[in-house]
Amino acid sequence: MNEPVIAVTGLTKRFGDKTVVDGFDMTVPKGAIYGFLGPNGSGKTTTIRMMCGLLTPDGGSGTCLGYDILTESERIKAHVGYMTQRFSLYEDLTIRENLDFIARMFRLDNRRQRVDAALEDLGLADRSHQLAGQLSGGWKQRLALSACLIHDPDLLLLDEPTAGVDPKARREFWDEIRRLSDAGVTVLVSTHYMDEAIQCDFITYIAYGKKLIEGPANEIAARSGLVTWRVEGRGLAKLEAELTGEAGVEQVARFGTALHVSGTDEKALAKTVRAHERKDLAWSRQPAGLEELFIHLMDSSRDNFASGA
Amino acid sequence: MHILSPSRFTAVLVKEFIQMRRDRMTFAMMIAIPIIQLMLFGFAINSDPKHLPTLVEMNDTGPVTRAVVAAMRNSAYFDFIGISPGPEASEEALKTGRATFVVVIPSGFERDIMRGTHPSILLAADASDPSATGGAVTALPGIVTGALKNVATGPLSMLKGGENAFSVTVHRHYNPAGVTSFNIVPGLLAIILSMTMVMITAIAIVRESERGTMESLIATPVRPTEVMIGKILPYVGIGYVQTVVFLILAEVVFGVPFDGSAAAFLLGLNLFIVVNLALGFLFSTVARNQMQAMQMSFFYLLPSILLSGFMFPFAGMPGWAQTLGTAIPSTHFIRIVRKVMLKGAGVAEIVPDITAICIIIAVIVMIALLRYRQTLD
Repeated sequence: MNEPVIAVTGLTKRFGDKTVVDGFDMTVPKGAIYGFLGPNGSGKTTTIRMMCGLLTPDGGSGTCLGYDILTESERIKAHVGYMTQRFSLYEDLTIRENLDFIARMFRLDNRRQRVDAALEDLGLADRSHQLAGQLSGGWKQRLALSACLIHDPDLLLLDEPTAGVDPKARREFWDEIRRLSDAGVTVLVSTHYMDEAIQCDFITYIAYGKKLIEGPANEIAARSGLVTWRVEGRGLAKLEAELTGEAGVEQVARFGTALHVSGTDEKALAKTVRAHERKDLAWSRQPAGLEELFIHLMDSSRDNFASGA
Repeated sequence: MHILSPSRFTAVLVKEFIQMRRDRMTFAMMIAIPIIQLMLFGFAINSDPKHLPTLVEMNDTGPVTRAVVAAMRNSAYFDFIGISPGPEASEEALKTGRATFVVVIPSGFERDIMRGTHPSILLAADASDPSATGGAVTALPGIVTGALKNVATGPLSMLKGGENAFSVTVHRHYNPAGVTSFNIVPGLLAIILSMTMVMITAIAIVRESERGTMESLIATPVRPTEVMIGKILPYVGIGYVQTVVFLILAEVVFGVPFDGSAAAFLLGLNLFIVVNLALGFLFSTVARNQMQAMQMSFFYLLPSILLSGFMFPFAGMPGWAQTLGTAIPSTHFIRIVRKVMLKGAGVAEIVPDITAICIIIAVIVMIALLRYRQTLD
């Protein structure tokens, strides 16, 4: 097994008296797409920034691409492409000027060719003199991605890269991420979208600065011990109200035309389901999905926050 | 139906107040600006300055001389800071700004009065700031007449006639005609430079973090010092352009002379640009958005206009205001520009002002670097 690209333990960051990231451990293998999930304000951005040396942690240690995150941030930066949550290129520079500026910051050789190649890949070669601020959300995102790929990084850190981007652009973006991953680039991506989480090889879920669960994307839901019953039929709104708070029912969520009823106590849940069997309702047991898992995690972490605050 | 709903209107009003209170910096500025500025300038500005540093060249002594010097001192316009050994020393003191006046008592003064040959006392004044010396010069004849009344007894009783016994000649140095624009124009350079340098630097840096572009910038291997230098240098260039424009206008439009050394001027100019950029940088580490950076720059600008001796005589301000003014870089740069342009000063004469600016730079840079470390995290 290769040396992991990111290996950090006990990362902690405090802003004032608020602990934003608390004892965070993470290991990311080379070439993986690693999904970083969690509600808003859970410390995802702060963790990403600490891992690439933008922020100095208050506690913990680790390496990124084999470099110490505490002392070798400059070397890390040279091999990492970091795409910020908010569009952070210069809106008052043209597309070409932006790419050229970033290329200069990395002191790249063959700058002109690299910028030309990036523009070609982007499909913006003929619009390279347009101001970046005039681009639509989807194009801005693609420009930001090519800006952080211009120095051929070994690791991509993407902080909610697809927020505010339409589904088609999102799909194309993920195709690109797949391609990069196949080419050996390690990708750490934070997201809110379940359809994106499913595309990841590994997932970690963080809430209020603490890691709640971690594992391969296809196993993580099963590992959690969560059981889900799916029910379709008539009068679901009424049923939803009835089920809420019943024995074994920890969460009732609507998925399209069905309700997903989940809980960790398998027996109690099965009993409740039997009690609600009617001829206009079709119940079926199914493996818990990521979405149920995350709603479950979010609910429990909210309690956790309330007691902690 | 009413178009204006009082409850809705109140809700908006309350919301505005909440936002205002949340933006602590702006709130503090709104409260502090009127109080501080009013206290500061209301008390500090005095267009009839007293206690001006004065030297005496004593080429004769006697009862009349003593009476005249005592009366000048009692008038509170003149503070005698010492005896000048000769004309060169007097000239030097005026040029460096150590003394605003030199009183020259001619040799044989007392004897000539007794003989009735109407000798003359010379008052040499540094008129590069006419409003600073104006009050004292105007008051002088009255002071002298009063002094003579007191000594006009015994053998001097024939002095009762008053000022006829001798006369006072005023020599206005550096700005013989007392042209106000000669005083104002050199000072303006300091104001123009601090206005643009401080504000532009502060805004340029704050803009980077406000728009989020600082994030992608620091994600690259670029070093903070590289960012700083790269951002600041263009504005140094702008400072030079402004100075050149200023010098041309001063010469062509206002006819202000440039008598001193160009080297001294350049030395002062460069240091002043550095201090302004450092100050702008400091503001940028405190301000969270461009608006705040702007407010802070203005907050700084007012005292540098009013307390620096630019608009109102520095000597006219009470001690505490002078202390405050001494901490403002513009105060020293204005002195440098006036000395060089009007008094023909060289590097040697501006050493005290240069030293002061260097101290201010050191202090600002120290605070700014401490603040910058914090903002990175």
